[in-house]
Amino acid sequence: MRPILMKGHERPLTFLRYNRDGDMLFSCAKDHTPTLWYADNGERHGTFRGHNGAVWCCDVSRDSLRLITGSADQTAKLWDVKTGQQLFSFKFGSPARSVDFSLGDKLAVITTDPFMERTSAIHVKRIAEDPEDQVSESVLVLESPNGRKRINRAVWGPLNQTIVSGGEDTVLRIWDAETGKLLKESDAEVGHKNTITSLTKAADDSHFITGSLDKTAKLWDMRTLTLLKTYVSGVPVNAVSMSPLLDHVVLGGGQDASAVTTTDHRAGKFEAKFYDKILQEEIGGIKGHFGPINALAFNPDGKSFSSGGEDGYVRLHHFDSDYFNIRI
Amino acid sequence: MVEDTDMQEEIHAEDTLEQVAARMAAARLHQRIEASEIMANLDIDSRAAQLGIDWSQVNLDSIHLPPGENFGIESDDEGVYHDDQLEFDTGFGNIIVVDNLPVVEKTKFAKLENVLKKIYNQLGVIKENGLWMPVDLDTGVTLGYCFIEFNTPQEAQNAKEKTHGYKLDKSHIFAVNMFDDFDRLMNVKEEWEAPQTKPYVPGENLQKWLTDEKARDQLVIRSGPDTEVLWNDPRQKNTEPVHKRPYWTESYVQWSPLGTYLVTLHKQGAAVWGGADTFTRLMRYQHNMVKLVDFSPGEKYLVTYHSQEPSNPRDASKVEIKVFDVRTGRMMRDFKGSADEFSIGGPGGVAGASWPVFRWGGGKDDKYFAKLSKNTISVYETETFGLIDKKSMKVDNVVDMCWSPTDSIISLFVPEQGGGNQPAKVALVQIPSKVELRQKNLFSVNDCKMYWQSSGEYLAVKVDRYTKTKKSTYSGFELFRIKERDIPIEVLELDNKNDKIIAFAWEPKGHRFAVIHGDQPRPDVSFYTMKTTQHGGRVTKLGTLKAKQANALFWSPTGKYIILAGLKNFNGQLEFFNVDEMETMATTEHFMATDIEWDPTGRYVATAVTSVHEMENGFTVWSFNGKLLYRVLKDHFFQLAWRPRPPSFLSPEKEEEIAKNLKKYSKKYELEDQDVSLLLSEQDREKRRALKEEWERWVMQWKSLHEEEKLERQNLRDGEISDEEEDDEEAREVKEVEFEDVIDVTEEIVQE
Repeated sequence: MRPILMKGHERPLTFLRYNRDGDMLFSCAKDHTPTLWYADNGERHGTFRGHNGAVWCCDVSRDSLRLITGSADQTAKLWDVKTGQQLFSFKFGSPARSVDFSLGDKLAVITTDPFMERTSAIHVKRIAEDPEDQVSESVLVLESPNGRKRINRAVWGPLNQTIVSGGEDTVLRIWDAETGKLLKESDAEVGHKNTITSLTKAADDSHFITGSLDKTAKLWDMRTLTLLKTYVSGVPVNAVSMSPLLDHVVLGGGQDASAVTTTDHRAGKFEAKFYDKILQEEIGGIKGHFGPINALAFNPDGKSFSSGGEDGYVRLHHFDSDYFNIRI
Repeated sequence: MVEDTDMQEEIHAEDTLEQVAARMAAARLHQRIEASEIMANLDIDSRAAQLGIDWSQVNLDSIHLPPGENFGIESDDEGVYHDDQLEFDTGFGNIIVVDNLPVVEKTKFAKLENVLKKIYNQLGVIKENGLWMPVDLDTGVTLGYCFIEFNTPQEAQNAKEKTHGYKLDKSHIFAVNMFDDFDRLMNVKEEWEAPQTKPYVPGENLQKWLTDEKARDQLVIRSGPDTEVLWNDPRQKNTEPVHKRPYWTESYVQWSPLGTYLVTLHKQGAAVWGGADTFTRLMRYQHNMVKLVDFSPGEKYLVTYHSQEPSNPRDASKVEIKVFDVRTGRMMRDFKGSADEFSIGGPGGVAGASWPVFRWGGGKDDKYFAKLSKNTISVYETETFGLIDKKSMKVDNVVDMCWSPTDSIISLFVPEQGGGNQPAKVALVQIPSKVELRQKNLFSVNDCKMYWQSSGEYLAVKVDRYTKTKKSTYSGFELFRIKERDIPIEVLELDNKNDKIIAFAWEPKGHRFAVIHGDQPRPDVSFYTMKTTQHGGRVTKLGTLKAKQANALFWSPTGKYIILAGLKNFNGQLEFFNVDEMETMATTEHFMATDIEWDPTGRYVATAVTSVHEMENGFTVWSFNGKLLYRVLKDHFFQLAWRPRPPSFLSPEKEEEIAKNLKKYSKKYELEDQDVSLLLSEQDREKRRALKEEWERWVMQWKSLHEEEKLERQNLRDGEISDEEEDDEEAREVKEVEFEDVIDVTEEIVQE
């Protein structure tokens, strides 16, 4: 089916997130306003105004009432999804790169970039039920062992017991979410060879997929950090997502944005590439963006997905029936 | 020299020369140890205290030793000098033994000694008491031999060579040996033993790759730090590794022209690799900082090249070229000079000489190689590695030369001189006679380029001429038929004279050629033949393909098929064309392809994206008719080269016969193909099944863990009864039913 082009952002997209019911789509971009869309027809529902810098990441609570966003303005903000009002602002001394609500939405993990003399860090914040009671103190702060390298994403492990992080130093780490102890590191031999750009977990928190500038994506067991699969893309991978319905993964990325103008538009390979999750074979690709893809998200029902590009567009794809009958 | 005479006494007493040598060495060693002990025991300070000398009062510089006196203390300098001397002496390299002297009584001893001194003083300086002729102790009769010690081993060597076999008189012919050689000579067995024939150890079969059962071809690729040799296995739709080595070469690799060797370049020089099963190093060629290498066509010789940037930028860079024998590793000749001597300011003249500097001629015999330099062509022959007739050929203002690929004929081009008063000329010169076979003068010529057909039958010269106004140029061809009587020349002009010629290529071993001409971005491609039945010996056009996105031509090595490729600006457009039928077999694209190479049999083509592009590096293998067989992605892909094959031993008649009865021969292989493809799909299925099973195991494990943690999860959600979670399975099924409905709807729409 023809994709729906959603033009609401004026700067490159950075992140996409569906709510649990799959009817809302939140988008973040380098302009300062995260936007909420109807996931069905791509109509814009509203925006969240208040940030003063690029918004890197967001997460929505299970009940779809709260939104948390991380921004380059050195804050992470909590929002009321219904009204679009800002509820609380966590202030950091450096840009907030990624945010993730825990199971039960009582905790949030926020990563911050290395900035000036600050090193990159992972902060765990308690999220109060009533925004009136919200405090800005961190429950736990984890310093990355490679402090000058950026952590691009940190998410909760099963039962909020662990935190999984990955970033520029190419190593995936599992931390104890209670004590902050480093539990596991990914094997350098099989792990990524270049910056890990993205990390997306499966719906049941059992496994997750990482994308990297080393032109591959890898699938890992979330508890043991065992490498399960590797998907070879041929272009740097900026975004990854897994179908909740079929055994498919989708990778997005492409030539670095700074080199795009020098070559033919096809040279960049700005495709969302579909792979068979088990066989690791490429199934097909969806072209359309004219810049690298920075964000990908599957609708929780697995019947549509959206991609956000450096070109500022969100493309919302509802799958044709053929898609569900692909055999390889 | 007192000790020496002592020793000679001992020599006399003992009989075996071995023992003598050992004694002499031991005695000298003893002497040295004593000397060093004296030095060590000399404790200056304690001595000074003993003697009541205050060191601070003594001016050491004022003390002068009497000349020739050292009070038993050797100076450091002398020690060094002395050491050298000792090394000299212990070698006994300056002593010769002269045998077959006349046996004389005591009375004639002095006379014989004088005779010997006379002879040997001419050849070198005999040391004082350096001549020693032993005598029988009882009778005083000489034993018929003597020792002579010279000042230097060189003199001794010289004396030995000069006087061995010297006839003193009829019955006394000198037998002279070096004293050092005696050990060896003593060990010679009394009885002659037939030399043992060593069992023949067959060398590795360097051409084993040609005996591959599946008749596959090899290729070498370089990517990242690795260099790999692979089999191209089109049946498996993949490559099969042969040998892989990281940092195998420091710049690039190259096959020898017949495929026997793979040459790698290193700081210290070049090395060739080959062998039956794995690649082992066969030979090394020492040439520091070698930059380029080139084989002679018959792979007998390897030319290595090194250039050094001058410290002063105005100077020409220094060039060193060595020619090696590939098999023995011996350097046959080296050439040194400034880059000017090896180039004529043509392309590549900036950083060094244009490569290859030496062009090999005369086909596979590797008989001649030639160098082009200012106003001269120097032709060398490999028998002597000297110039033919000991002088270069003088050709004023020559700018280009080419060998015929099969015969020892050189074609050369001299541009216009004197502002057009003296016409440009193209000439064919026979080597080694240096006779001009044919020449043609050309007028108002801008530039010429020469293209030999691979079997040396034709030469095409592309001539760019000025138009009347001299503002622009147009191109035409002069076609030489080398093998016909008097070498007739034909002139060919394109239908549209003003078309620019973008590419030209002869059909290998054939009589056709292809030209890309016209304007970018959509030039035309024309095919011509040198042979037609109707026209006899006239060049005829076969056809023109209009408006093709192509800028390069790649003939199959067996002819008949050609790839019209659009590289660089055309992003890798490929058109596989059959020239016999004049029809396109396939049009496809290898996006951003930079290199195209046919395998030596003309069955497969590899197209590659090398690291000039950042992305999609790797190569693709196609069948000759443009069917994509497989792709291999490799980051930082630098080079791909098929291993060449030596020419077939089949006669042309036999080849033709096989071509005629191809059906008969191919049946066997078709069956094999079928088996392989069945096996392959079977393997594939098996592999997939295993992967699926493995995945299932993970999923099962996750599911059970998920189930176990269910309660805890609920607690984390404040006991929220997560109905959806329990009904997960059901919910999913419901959803699936849902989308089936959707499918129905869309189908109806299509029907409407």
